[in-house]
Amino acid sequence: MSTFDASAARRRCLKYRRRILDVSQRVGALHIAPAFSCLEMTDVIYHGLMRNRRDLFVMSKGHGCMSQYVILEDLGIMPTDEIERYCSSAGILGAHPDRGNPGIEASTGSLGHGLGIGVGMAYAEKLKGEDSRVYVVLSDGELQEGSTWEAVMTAANHGLDNLLLFVDMNDFSGLERMSEAHPAVYPVAEKFRAFGWETGEANGHDAAAVHAAASARQGGKPFVLVGKTVKGRGVSFMEHVPIWHYRSPNKEEYATAVRELVEVSA
Amino acid sequence: VRNTFARTFYEAARTDSRLCVVVADISPAGSMEQFRKEYPKRFVNTGVAEQIMIGMCAGMAMRGLRPFAYTIATFALFRPYEFIRDDLCYQDLPVTVVGVGGGVTYSTLGGTHHAMEDVAIASALPNMRVIAPCDPEETRAATQWCTTQEEGPVYLRLGKAGEPVITDKAPPFEYGKVRLIRDGRDALILGYGPILKMGIDAALSLEARGLSVGVASVHTLKPLDREGIANLLARFPRIAVVEEMVPSGGLGDAVKAIAWDNGLACKIRCLSLKHEFVHSYGSHGELLAVHGLDPRAIARALESA
Repeated sequence: MSTFDASAARRRCLKYRRRILDVSQRVGALHIAPAFSCLEMTDVIYHGLMRNRRDLFVMSKGHGCMSQYVILEDLGIMPTDEIERYCSSAGILGAHPDRGNPGIEASTGSLGHGLGIGVGMAYAEKLKGEDSRVYVVLSDGELQEGSTWEAVMTAANHGLDNLLLFVDMNDFSGLERMSEAHPAVYPVAEKFRAFGWETGEANGHDAAAVHAAASARQGGKPFVLVGKTVKGRGVSFMEHVPIWHYRSPNKEEYATAVRELVEVSA
Repeated sequence: VRNTFARTFYEAARTDSRLCVVVADISPAGSMEQFRKEYPKRFVNTGVAEQIMIGMCAGMAMRGLRPFAYTIATFALFRPYEFIRDDLCYQDLPVTVVGVGGGVTYSTLGGTHHAMEDVAIASALPNMRVIAPCDPEETRAATQWCTTQEEGPVYLRLGKAGEPVITDKAPPFEYGKVRLIRDGRDALILGYGPILKMGIDAALSLEARGLSVGVASVHTLKPLDREGIANLLARFPRIAVVEEMVPSGGLGDAVKAIAWDNGLACKIRCLSLKHEFVHSYGSHGELLAVHGLDPRAIARALESA
């Protein structure tokens, strides 16, 4: 049933990782690792699930926005000039998405806001009788925000089956692993089911599996895909290493990273 | 004023299908119940969950709706403050946050239910507008304005119920303009919200003692009508600012600054809530008196100015 071309997705994501590494050389910090962890899921949403001009996207984990920016650039929505001017005084793009910029529906950055906004959007679209879907990418860190669970409850109460959530389970937050800070929250999908959501689980770097899981949803409830991911996926020395949450690689690190980049598969 | 708000909103919502209400577990009084019956999908109760109340309003406004978030002032503004800042103000969305029971209206419920700092912290937010009507008539006009404005967020601070009409002889409400609701010659009382009735009472008692005292409603606290206030300060030698709010970040500070900026020599006395949590109960008027706010205090301040 899935017509999604997984090898094309792998080629795109390789190109996106390279693009993000290139942009990183112009700024001191870029949030590489959190962009790499949600890259395949964001790619699947934009290239495999969203229907043009009808569906909406919210990057709730605002610090993952570099993945969204390079996809929007690829789609011709975000001007290349603006990617080049990323985080500079001459440009419009910062390290968190701003509403009003090309392709950006909501300003995020503070964690725990995007799902609530997505709930409001999904509710409004239903109220207006529109056939739109709202896609939200959330970090597992945001599962620690109480506001996220207010939104989870509310989405289920209203049967918002036009809301599709993708949780980037990279297990890292600022201080330590989420599995260390909140060991009792697992398994996450079970929690969502208890709150009245339809759930799917997949390796978040396996584009075909992510697409298949989202495409197999039954409907009638909000849907969440819990995607197991690796923070910094794609560059071996960045994987699971907290410093790459924020720092840009220096010249040698950049050269090493570019040299070893390969197509990521599950 | 609560029923007047509900009735006015209901009337507007009948002709504008974009108007919605998102409440956080507050019982819909009067016409709000009627609205809920007629348009159940446009009335959302998030339950005891204020962050999603604001977040949902943001998402709904992004998709072309005109939501009103509505609950007790402390829970409408304080609890979800960062959501109001990031979701509504930063993104400049046309959402009205209605805070019921501003100040110490809920006089028997204790400090957790007192919105004593609301005007100060709402005014601190870029893009936020702040309106605090003083009586049912002004509430009707302010609510009407909120239902038709398209620009960005508004904090609408309301009292509770049973406030008397004090603006029946006043010129019409105009958003952003100070409104003289009683003219005078010797002194002027400036204020906002239901406590302005106390200003009227003080003016009447001073009139009996031969002092002609005007009263003005500064219903729009942000943007503040600095020019209109400066013109009034130039006309009256003695000024009392009365507000049911903590003494900093409100109208008192602003009026003194306007006088200074315009080189005006009027005497200004500021009366407000104390800057402390008062552990007292009783009627609204009794609690205000504990804070030092009653008609006699206003009269004394003007006489001694």
